[in-house]
Amino acid sequence: MSQTEGLGPVHDIAAAVRAGERSAVEVLDEHLARIDARESELHTFNHVMADEARAAASALDEAVAAGADVGPLAGVPVALKDNMCTRGTATTCSSKILDGWVPPYNATVVERLAAAGAVIVGKTNLDEFAMGSSTENSAFGPTRNPHDPSRVPGGSSGGSAAAVAAEFAPLSFGSDTGGSIRQPAALCGVVGVKPTYGAVSRYGLIAFASSLDQIGPFSHSVADAALALSVVGGPDPRDSTSIPEPLPDLIGSLGEGVEGLRIGLIDELSGGALDGFEPAVLDRTTAAADALTAAGAKVDTVSIPSTVAGLSAYYMIAPAEASSNLARYDGVRYGLRHDGPNTASMMAASRTAGFGDEVKRRIMLGTYALSAGYWDAFYGRAQRVRTVMIREFDAAYADFDALISPTSPCVAFPLGAKADPMTMYLNDVCTIPSNLTGQPAISVPYGADDAGLPIGVQVLAPLRGEATMFRVAQALENARRSEEEA
Amino acid sequence: MAPLNRDDVAKVAQLALLNLDDDEIDRFTGQLAAVLDRAAELEAFDIADVPRTAHPYPLVNVFRADVAEESDDVRAEALAAAPEAEDGQYRVPPALGEEP
Amino acid sequence: MSTTDAPVTTTEPSVLPDGWELVVGLEVHAELATETKMFSPARNTFGGEPNTNVHPVCLGLPGTLPVVNAKAVELSIRIGLALNCTVQRCVWARKNYFYPDMPKDYQISQYEEALNVDGWLALASGSTIRIERAHMEEDTGKSTHMGASGRIHDAGYSLVDYNRAGVPLIEIVSKPDLRGPEQAKEYVEELRAILVAIGASDGKMEEGSLRVDANVSVRPTGADELRTRCEIKNVNSLRSLGRAITYEARRHVELYGAGERPIQETRHWDEEGGRTRSGRSKEEAEDYRYFPDPDLVDIDPSPGWIEEIRASLPALPQARRAALIEVGAGAEAAAIAVERQLDGLAVAAIEAGADAERVLTHVANNLAVDGAESLDAGQFADLVRMEMSGALTATQAKQVLADMVESGRDPATIAADRGFEAMDSSELETMLDEIIAANADEWSRFCEGENKLQGFFTGQIMKATKGQADGKVIAQLLAAKKNA
Repeated sequence: MSQTEGLGPVHDIAAAVRAGERSAVEVLDEHLARIDARESELHTFNHVMADEARAAASALDEAVAAGADVGPLAGVPVALKDNMCTRGTATTCSSKILDGWVPPYNATVVERLAAAGAVIVGKTNLDEFAMGSSTENSAFGPTRNPHDPSRVPGGSSGGSAAAVAAEFAPLSFGSDTGGSIRQPAALCGVVGVKPTYGAVSRYGLIAFASSLDQIGPFSHSVADAALALSVVGGPDPRDSTSIPEPLPDLIGSLGEGVEGLRIGLIDELSGGALDGFEPAVLDRTTAAADALTAAGAKVDTVSIPSTVAGLSAYYMIAPAEASSNLARYDGVRYGLRHDGPNTASMMAASRTAGFGDEVKRRIMLGTYALSAGYWDAFYGRAQRVRTVMIREFDAAYADFDALISPTSPCVAFPLGAKADPMTMYLNDVCTIPSNLTGQPAISVPYGADDAGLPIGVQVLAPLRGEATMFRVAQALENARRSEEEA
Repeated sequence: MAPLNRDDVAKVAQLALLNLDDDEIDRFTGQLAAVLDRAAELEAFDIADVPRTAHPYPLVNVFRADVAEESDDVRAEALAAAPEAEDGQYRVPPALGEEP
Repeated sequence: MSTTDAPVTTTEPSVLPDGWELVVGLEVHAELATETKMFSPARNTFGGEPNTNVHPVCLGLPGTLPVVNAKAVELSIRIGLALNCTVQRCVWARKNYFYPDMPKDYQISQYEEALNVDGWLALASGSTIRIERAHMEEDTGKSTHMGASGRIHDAGYSLVDYNRAGVPLIEIVSKPDLRGPEQAKEYVEELRAILVAIGASDGKMEEGSLRVDANVSVRPTGADELRTRCEIKNVNSLRSLGRAITYEARRHVELYGAGERPIQETRHWDEEGGRTRSGRSKEEAEDYRYFPDPDLVDIDPSPGWIEEIRASLPALPQARRAALIEVGAGAEAAAIAVERQLDGLAVAAIEAGADAERVLTHVANNLAVDGAESLDAGQFADLVRMEMSGALTATQAKQVLADMVESGRDPATIAADRGFEAMDSSELETMLDEIIAANADEWSRFCEGENKLQGFFTGQIMKATKGQADGKVIAQLLAAKKNA
């Protein structure tokens, strides 16, 4: 235990199970008991896989007893966002159109987690097809924030964020297309990582917007997140956009500190250009910059003007890709069917009955952005602005090793508070740029507002810059702990 | 760019195979127009000579070997998920009109 | 060769009234000869039980991702090079439309930037047809329409089989350079021969692995304009292609003659009715909303790879026909030999001293059999020499040749085994005298000029000799007796 002391519960559990000090079944039962106690209040899961998890945990304990190397996540209960395919277990995207669909194959991350000894405990709730920032858009009802169940957990990976915050599992995975890991991590007070695009295989992740989607972990500590990413990341021949080089070592450099690192505070995303940032969020971001300075980093503000338009570019590109990705839900091969007199009417009836309003809105927006006569003005222009943004970030990284900003302009808000779509979309203003550029970003808990609602700070790094990103995040985690202890 | 109107939304819904009633068309027209209005900020960028970015991570020539991988179980499980099947095929209502 | 102003001519008789010219461009889809599909490791094989050659990827299951088959790219580059195209960096694009045969409800294709562009194809008849592009895409599945009559319009329901979904295709798009139905057929035949020769496709129209759509328009002879064209689909054979083009062009001429004009549309060839029919026009024009497929990265073939593929290309049909013509073959015989993949054998036999005409006659008439391509050219030449010298009759030579293909033995051994020795003419003369005696009436009529009886007497002798007599020798004998 001493070697992993303080690194986080994932490290602790894996070390104990590997050493035979704790059984995987005992660890699992402890977590299932917590789920039993509070799940009906929070609705983090679409499906708790208690039986499958017990079978996996027993098998693992037998393997440990037999002296086998059971992997770096031995016995660690893991919750998966219900948009990652699990063979034999329903995978729904929290949509009526996929209600009850059982995939005949596993996502690559599922295979890698199983091979690493993780025990999958269930499939977590999300905004339908990952479209949303509050997990209110689920066809199966909203998830609630463990810190205040009258409030949302953020989204779209709200179920996975809440499951870790409620200690239903020490580790979970979500997908992040415009902030869907980082924003709920911030709102739930946990760590959430959006890796470099291509660092984690998307095979088996049900697509929302293919050029933006990335899978990443939620955990209580930066070290646990780094370990989890090391397990699921790396090249996958089933994903053409998977980066062919192995992931860099993410663990070894965690303790190196930030002495001498140049860190930029993005002015536009820290109240410099956009309205709607809560004062407590800006205060904690400033505090984070000060803490990094105190830890030896050189912190300056940096301007990245195009980030202001990121939201608009995103709301052309992501819906355009989604409109095509979601065409396949047509009632022919799987999922919901509502019949009609001919194929086209059957397809339309199925889609109309199967998709919720937010999904319909984005499909229509994307269809419009790609349609003849509007392509250049909307989709085409957004892809060019995307290039401008990449160039501006590249220029910033000539001067800085990492950048910081708030993760979300606001803390967790009450359910139903942001019924207007545009108001909801503004939640993602700080997180969207990293999806458009493909660069990695992490949200680290950094205190709370006066009401005790968690606030997260975001650390951004250049493509494949995860090692630096985790170093900075670790420094913030250390600073927060010292602050809490003081 | 002319503002988005009801006819545009009705046409887009038809392209996307979504049936909308009049109230939904009204509601969606307003909501989508708000996004498109904000997107006017994209016009401020000088992008005349800027290429489009379709992929955030630059890769080319990613191929797989021409080797078959088959599983009868997977085929059966896939077919079992069909809303309607007959004789190992997916059954659908009759086509209307000609192939595209 | 200029690729921009290729001279376009055809000598075939016009199917249109004086003053009108046909303008045809063809879109040929060919299935590539790979083991697996374009983006999925499911098998690419024709036939088979429905939905057996499938995998989560080509079923478009949620979460699956395409990965490009390297072999399909290589074969496509081979095609591009064989068609004298520029091979370039290309982008995968999604073509979006709803269709139950298409598992993702979009087709992965290439749109703005295709793999192969700006090529040309030389026809045996002398013209050059420009190739606009040859791009890669995936095939769709197949629906079977069930119902009382089995026709699409009154079907009760459809059954969908995804065995073909995702099979790799190349779409070869010609410029509107074709000027007649025969030339269009020749173009397809030549293209097919090239695809087969380079191992890129099996080119079987009857199995649908080669499919042709024709863009047809007409214009006043000599005009430069391109008038409204119609795209003719559902053309399932070369014969249909010619008929469909002719029908459609005449329809356009009639419309113009009546002061009307055709509308740009897709039309379907109705083989039974011998006419094209309008595809039911959609309420609105298609809007495919093409955009770069975010799941796939560009293909950017290196010059080294392209040159490696170029170096591995076999001689193409045009060059192979030229090689045969060089050694004395006629154009048609050369074309047949190349089509049968026997041109190498023919050239070798001719170069070994065999009579060119006789070699090509055997290739055309007696070697359309399995195993002919492995015939030893030297032995083939020996056979032809024995035949020319009179040591074997034509009939005997044919039998020996069949035996050679089957057994691989040399012609002299086979002839000896079978007791084939040219009969000397005195033996034949005796036989003929007996036949004349037995058929005195016929003989006198023959001598009086009833020439058709030559066949009767030839037949009698052949019967008596069990076919071993040489026809030429019989003719000489008959003439000598008659004039005696």
